[in-house]
Amino acid sequence: MDSILQPWPWYVSGPLITLVMVFLLYFGKTFGMSSNLRTLCSIGGAAKYSDFFKFDWKAQRWNLTVVLGAIIGGFIAVTFLSNGSAIDLNPETVKDLKELGFENAGASLLPGEIYDWNNALSLKGLAILIVAGFLVGFGTRYAGGCTSGHAITGLSNLQLPSLIAVIGFFVGGLIMTHFLIPLIFTT
Amino acid sequence: MKYLKFLLVGIFFGIVLVKSEAVSWYRIFEMFKFQSFHMYGIIGSAVVLGAISVWAIKKFRVKSIEDQEIVLPPKNKSYTRYILGGSIFGLGWALAGACPGPMYILLGTGVFSMLIVIAAATLGTFAYGLLRDKLPH
Repeated sequence: MDSILQPWPWYVSGPLITLVMVFLLYFGKTFGMSSNLRTLCSIGGAAKYSDFFKFDWKAQRWNLTVVLGAIIGGFIAVTFLSNGSAIDLNPETVKDLKELGFENAGASLLPGEIYDWNNALSLKGLAILIVAGFLVGFGTRYAGGCTSGHAITGLSNLQLPSLIAVIGFFVGGLIMTHFLIPLIFTT
Repeated sequence: MKYLKFLLVGIFFGIVLVKSEAVSWYRIFEMFKFQSFHMYGIIGSAVVLGAISVWAIKKFRVKSIEDQEIVLPPKNKSYTRYILGGSIFGLGWALAGACPGPMYILLGTGVFSMLIVIAAATLGTFAYGLLRDKLPH
């Protein structure tokens, strides 16, 4: 039981993610979480504005069910399967974050400096969450997939487009982490 | 019943991503700083094992639960959309510290401000739908 409550090492987690992909393939589907955002648009009536949203979203109910499960899984993991241990970050990372004004790095999954309500609802905080979410939603559809669709499924299927997309993920991520986050957060 | 298996896979996915800390903003930051092997190990081992699995599925013509051939639809051939779209996604991924899967999972862990990110991501997808014909692909 103790090993379940501890954070799981990468060599346990990675293969289990493969298992998720294989299960979905065996069920006759593919693993890709970002397509749900398009489905949500269609449910909301976006087909009136763009043909991109004209598809039978009801055929995507299985994928929305995966999302529902993922939410429940998140709840189960923190409620019953965690011992509250801090994330074992590189001390360099913790130091770098402290210089950017992030205290207690690794004490929880997300920094309160971004996600706590009092910060999330400040003008700057709200702008950060909206811009970040918008870029994810726009970029993932433009690139035709996200981490699950390209980095896991696409690379496993040895698809060159997915490799290019993953390189793109890193170009954007490196620019944000090394140049923009210091500009946004330095206090 | 038909959907129960998808619910269970989703629950499993959510648990694995929390327990692996792949849903942590800090782990994504650390990855882009090249200060830890953790995320590279997760993604790398998932892909290596995934490639072997996909190869085996094709080689042995494994049938799905509904006795259909398992096919992975090929991605469209293009470079522009993948490098541009991918980079835009990467900017958001590093700032939010979450990609589409973890966004939902984190909501389940009780971080309700994630709803703002999910709403904005849906809006971003909607904006892509509106602009799609004007963007280079």
